[in-house]
Amino acid sequence: MADAPRTIFQKIWDAHVVATLAGGNALLYIDRHLLNEVTSPQAFEGLRLAGRRVHRPGGTIAVADHNVPTENRHLPIADADSRIQVETLERNVAEFGIPYVPLRGRAQGIVHVIGPDLGLTLPGLTIVCGDSHTSTHGAFGALAFGIGTSEVEHVLATQTLIQKQARNMLVRVNGRLPAGITAKDLILAIIGRIGTAGATGYVIEYAGEGIEALDMAGRMTVCNMSIEAGARAGLIAPDDTTFAYLQGRPLVPAGEAFETAKASWRALRSDPGASYDKVIDIDATGIAPMVTWGTNPEAVVTIADRVPDPEAMPDSAAAGQARQMLKYMALEPGTPLAGLPIDVVFIGSCTNSRIEDLRAAAATIGDGHVASGVRALVVPGSGAIKAQAEAEGLDLIFKAAGFEWRDAGCSMCLGMNPDRLKPGERCASTSNRNFESRQGPGGRTHLMSPAMAAAAAVAGHIVDVRRFG
Amino acid sequence: MKPIREVEGRAIPLGLKNVDTDVIIPAQYLKTITRKGLGRGAFETIRAQPGNVFDDPEYKGANILIAGDNFGCGSSREHAAWALGDLGIDAVIAPSFSDIFSGNAFKNGILTVVLPQEAVDRLLEVAKTHPIGIDLENQTVTTPFQDRFRFEIDPFRKHCLLNGLDEVGMTLAQDAAISTFEGRMAADRPWL
Repeated sequence: MADAPRTIFQKIWDAHVVATLAGGNALLYIDRHLLNEVTSPQAFEGLRLAGRRVHRPGGTIAVADHNVPTENRHLPIADADSRIQVETLERNVAEFGIPYVPLRGRAQGIVHVIGPDLGLTLPGLTIVCGDSHTSTHGAFGALAFGIGTSEVEHVLATQTLIQKQARNMLVRVNGRLPAGITAKDLILAIIGRIGTAGATGYVIEYAGEGIEALDMAGRMTVCNMSIEAGARAGLIAPDDTTFAYLQGRPLVPAGEAFETAKASWRALRSDPGASYDKVIDIDATGIAPMVTWGTNPEAVVTIADRVPDPEAMPDSAAAGQARQMLKYMALEPGTPLAGLPIDVVFIGSCTNSRIEDLRAAAATIGDGHVASGVRALVVPGSGAIKAQAEAEGLDLIFKAAGFEWRDAGCSMCLGMNPDRLKPGERCASTSNRNFESRQGPGGRTHLMSPAMAAAAAVAGHIVDVRRFG
Repeated sequence: MKPIREVEGRAIPLGLKNVDTDVIIPAQYLKTITRKGLGRGAFETIRAQPGNVFDDPEYKGANILIAGDNFGCGSSREHAAWALGDLGIDAVIAPSFSDIFSGNAFKNGILTVVLPQEAVDRLLEVAKTHPIGIDLENQTVTTPFQDRFRFEIDPFRKHCLLNGLDEVGMTLAQDAAISTFEGRMAADRPWL
């Protein structure tokens, strides 16, 4: 059996099983654990109540991101509940000896952005965080998934989790994306194809020419949204693109240790003949800019399409849900997506706030200006990315165009901080979820790529970036 | 955690598909450092609609929720499970659940019962007027009309729920195995 071909998921899983438990469950070792201020306070409370310590404090790193203001960072946090959550995190990490990335430091940012930024995220590791977009780190060939707070407590206390092995799905992306089409369009097209629950119970491996051609930022965008198809984790075998990205980052092994690690990482790919529970083929060459029209990410069409007509849907349950979505989104069937006026543009989130995303948005804007009546925000994924963008002069392009240039955080992706949509506002957003009220009560979200969102900001309506400028 | 063997009572016939965790508990309620009191924000957008099932006096005191496919999709927030618990919900019945949500529910002693759509449709009908019974030991859902639906559940989870076991405590008992594993990993991956 030892010689049977295995997938990369199987290899990482096998390498982390501490003990086999009843019912096909395993005690799985967790290499890296990321903490945020929102999903951790109750875990520390649990430890305290049970008189338990943290098993390996160095296996965890903490940062506040969900709830932090993205402007006037030098002032105390105005919202009392938010301030208490951040202070609670700071107290907890101090008490339990956990490394912390301070709110007012340059390294602060969205946890899924700073992990790779710092080189915490490495191939072959198991990585968890109390946040569903932990799947992002799978872009490096790590097994990374979101967990609940009870599991956060379990990892803190034991550096392990009790898990049942998921099934394995291969999404094979054949051919390359056409010029101007991004990883965001690709993952939205994949979700549109398999549905929001299409990969529930699976770990997705993305492979094929279309994936190999992506840079690390693009791969992170793809893996990030695996959860929007129901998969707890998405992963991509590490290759030279991965190694080139990693080399030289602060927490990546250097010198000879890097070469040793790299030799070992090269074995992290699925063996020829390894079997999957499900295989999906996607033709990258046919993908166009994608825009969501409804209130979950599978409700997505190309920019050339129109809002679908529920009456034309064969399944009555789907038609009912589509009617509900259109009512919430204030859209009429048959309306072209291109030309739909927007009120707000949000460029940010763990899906699309990396330097590559900001470059794409800035290049689209050029010397254009945000349309009158449109509020537009750029929220870089980390302080380091913000500084990098400023070094490249991207901030000047955004500011001259009328964008607000903010500090790093999750911001309007989920509206826990003051960055929120008002009821009825329509937003072109580079984030990951278009759920009802996700970006603020009554807000209406259209998910798209950074270039598409930037083009929408300038045009004042949703527009095909390929015909823009 | 207190052991669960049976859940019996009125059920709220929600029936909706793809109920995401932002619907179960909106983000503004996540600014808390305790597990308590989240019921006040639960299903806020649905409860804002007149005639919603949650505020229907018919279902006052209900301890079961019946939903459509993919219940609990979206974020990993365990606040969704805490909010349901705070509403007095002991079990959710649906054709499918998101993986993270069902794990969170389990860790809080809330049963997630997966049944085929036809069975869920029948229960949605019965729930309008009559109570429903869930027997974890025998893995069945029954109604006063002799309906009897068998459901599957992970044997490990069933064992933990029936006995009210604390997972962290169980794992800490494997401390020696974890230490041995860590020693081996350090040798296998010297770069870490």
